[in-house]
Amino acid sequence: MDLDRPNAARVYDYYLGGSHNFAADREMARQAVKLWPDLPLIMRANRAFLRRSVQYLAEQGITRFLDIGSGIPTFGAVHEISRDIRPGSRVVYVDKDPVAVAHSRLLLKDDPLSQVVHADLTDPADLLARPEVVELLAPGEPVAVLLVAVLHFVTDEEDPEGIVATLRDALPPGSALALCHASLEGRPDQAGPHQDLYNRTPTPLTMRSMERIRGLFDGFELVEPGVVYLPQWRPEVPTAVGPHPERMVGVVGVGHRR
Amino acid sequence: MTGPPPAGDDTANGFPESWALLLQSGQGAAMHPGALRRLVARTTALLHHTEHGADFDAGSAEEAGALLVDAHFTDPELLARAVGLLHGSDLAQGRTAELTGAFAAGWAAALRERTLQEQEAIRLAADTARKEAERALRESEARFRALFESAAIGIGIGDVEGNILAANKALQDIFGARPEDLHGRRVNDLVHPEDTPGVWEAYEELVSGKREHFQFDKPYYRQDGEVVWTHLTCSLIRDDEGLPVYQVAMLEDITDRYRLQERLRHQATHDPLTGLPNRTAFFERLEALFESPEPGARFGLCYVDLDGFKVVNDSLGHEMGDQLLAAVALRLEAALRPLGHLVARLGGDEFVVLLENCRGEQEAVAAAKTVLAALAKPVPIDGHRLAVGASVGVLERPVAATTPMAAVRAADLTLYRAKEEGRGRWTLFDPQRNARAVSRYAVSVRMPVALDRGEFYIDYQPLCALADGSLAAVEALVRWRHPQLGVLGPDEFIGTAEETGLIMPLGRWVLEQACGQAADWVKQFGDRAPQINVNLAVRQVRNAGLVSDIDRILRSSGLDPRMLQLEITESAVVGPQDESVRALHSLVDLGVSLAVDDFGTGWSNLAYLRDLPVSSLKIAGSFVSDLKESGKEQLLGWRIIGGLVSLAHTLGLTVTAEGVENADHAERLRVMGCDWAQGWHFGRPARPEAIARRITDSLR
Repeated sequence: MDLDRPNAARVYDYYLGGSHNFAADREMARQAVKLWPDLPLIMRANRAFLRRSVQYLAEQGITRFLDIGSGIPTFGAVHEISRDIRPGSRVVYVDKDPVAVAHSRLLLKDDPLSQVVHADLTDPADLLARPEVVELLAPGEPVAVLLVAVLHFVTDEEDPEGIVATLRDALPPGSALALCHASLEGRPDQAGPHQDLYNRTPTPLTMRSMERIRGLFDGFELVEPGVVYLPQWRPEVPTAVGPHPERMVGVVGVGHRR
Repeated sequence: MTGPPPAGDDTANGFPESWALLLQSGQGAAMHPGALRRLVARTTALLHHTEHGADFDAGSAEEAGALLVDAHFTDPELLARAVGLLHGSDLAQGRTAELTGAFAAGWAAALRERTLQEQEAIRLAADTARKEAERALRESEARFRALFESAAIGIGIGDVEGNILAANKALQDIFGARPEDLHGRRVNDLVHPEDTPGVWEAYEELVSGKREHFQFDKPYYRQDGEVVWTHLTCSLIRDDEGLPVYQVAMLEDITDRYRLQERLRHQATHDPLTGLPNRTAFFERLEALFESPEPGARFGLCYVDLDGFKVVNDSLGHEMGDQLLAAVALRLEAALRPLGHLVARLGGDEFVVLLENCRGEQEAVAAAKTVLAALAKPVPIDGHRLAVGASVGVLERPVAATTPMAAVRAADLTLYRAKEEGRGRWTLFDPQRNARAVSRYAVSVRMPVALDRGEFYIDYQPLCALADGSLAAVEALVRWRHPQLGVLGPDEFIGTAEETGLIMPLGRWVLEQACGQAADWVKQFGDRAPQINVNLAVRQVRNAGLVSDIDRILRSSGLDPRMLQLEITESAVVGPQDESVRALHSLVDLGVSLAVDDFGTGWSNLAYLRDLPVSSLKIAGSFVSDLKESGKEQLLGWRIIGGLVSLAHTLGLTVTAEGVENADHAERLRVMGCDWAQGWHFGRPARPEAIARRITDSLR
């Protein structure tokens, strides 16, 4: 555990105006924002998508959520959002960063319906074998898997498509996938330098083409409006989309398992 | 709320609308619209609340600021814009400065509180995570410590300087040592005289980082001085930078297995009755002798068979016979071992004495006499005095001249001669009688089918240019892999082949094979391919079909006739009027060249050399190999060779010296002007692949 190296979860917290971070995280975040001033906006748009997608899924009747790469839930954690609509929703948070996991456990220690698992998405078989996950995925209830802003921290060698397929095959009928992934097309000018910056962290960033991101939904039935830029997915007010949704870079979608 | 909207950029719609717009930007975009609406309404109400009553209510403004922080409006830019908006508003009836101050103070205090809480939370999380990691590490350490301590295999850890840092229980048991006996000892001190060669070199390579691990069977001295045999695996541990830091040795006690192996090995190589090395052990030693002999190395064999042993066995019983054999073995061992000779029992009443590095025939004969003398006195057994004689076949030869199988066979045949000639004596190997005996044995019977069954093959011996040592030609030498007799050389069967007429098909087969091989080399190496020399037997030269045979073989193999040299002996040609001389001329007309082989051993009619269409002369190997170390005889020998060379040159012939076994002779021949040389020094007969490799290597 090296607190002198920037960490994606804590950098993300800083972008969102939180203080769950250390000097190294802030230094990198400031540098990133200097190069790319839209980053805090993008992170908020990402957070808003998480909220909208969880709300949507809860409205569809889903009461079980598997939030992989949950990080430090600065505000608007999944169990809070879902329980506004479905009180009693169960959430399993998964992260590979031990600090984020410890933080979440402290936060949720009095919540019997929320669990925190320390596991690595790149070993989906291990992740799926954890008792908390096994229990969540027990047949009977559909489960929503949330892969929000996490798959771009999986390298090509680690086979993101294979990981999603492994998770998909473990889901009970009626389950769903919500996904957000940094695309190469939105701001091609920023992709290179931004990825370089993340190469200094334990979690290098791999931005991918929209086409490849769409391919991650293989085996899922996409709900309207399909795979789109962050603000374009079911905005609550039309003005929220803005003239340049692509500048938010994140590409999102929600699908139901076929 | 009355009055005109205040002037200002954000306040065109009046305060509530401007306030709502402000909160919708930034953080508000991430919020649920309903929650945002509620926040806008609540904060607007609180800010308005300051107007009510006579006193200014700073608390409401502070609460509004705090609510924004709670809703995660933590961006300082928001505060700046909120302050601007409040300051330009008509709220609080002219006390906007106080209102603004109270709002900002409330926001700041809440943010400070929130920041401190979050910092505490993340610090606590980091601390918890660190403790968790440490606990996991301790548990893992404890597991490995338990594994180390209770492992059945001996494990030792040392630094790369060779200091032993830790040794587990099993290792202490192997060494019969207490922890303090091992701690601080140096790995380098753990040498044992029976260490496998290379083990310490491997160790040095390991600790210097040149290799990652090694495995050996290695003996150690235990604390009590006993020897323990172990299977040792040593591995190198590097640090994060890749520098060697530790060595880990794993030792398995294999003493029992090792002793068993030793016993099995002894059983496999020793005769249980007499304790002498057995047939297997004898052949191993003999074959080792032939593996890489010194130039000119000689060896001797005494093949011993007891006379009249069968009578003892039949009349006095097997037990008595066995006792007699054991007593004979004891005597032979006692008499010959001190001379440095190996005595082995081949089976039954057959023994053999091996003389390594034999100095000559006399020494081998002396050994045979020693055998006979050792058995001269009767052997007393159970009150009997058994007179036991023996016959001995003695063979003494240069290592280069034979093979292990052929040598033993020849010694055995020589023994039979001793038996035939009246027992109780030794007989010396005679090559001609040996060849005859071999033929009698089995050669003539087997030969007709041997060609069909593919029992013949050809080795090639290099002929090198003395000027630069390069490969000039190879001589094809036919071999017979006889199913019972082993590999036979030409001298052992060509005579029979000539007598029976089999030399004709065999000779053709050799020519076909050799020409085919030579053509392959030309294809492969072009100009660097060697000329091929093939021997012609007398009967082949006299055969009417010879020229057409060779013409056909050359055509079908595609070999340039100039690459073929045929070697004939002097005896092949009787006189200038001989029919065969015409045949030889026809061969030369084809483009083939001729050499006179073994010159100096036959008739050596110099006059005929002039008349024959030969282009080369090969001086018989005996001229060079018989050269003695020094003295007058040597001088004479060199003079004869010099004379032959200059004679040949006078006749326009190139000269090849055969039997060249060392560099001195090669150099002297070169100075003398001899053109080519052949012999042990330039290469023994070899498989065609070996010749091809030699050419390839020379091209590099």
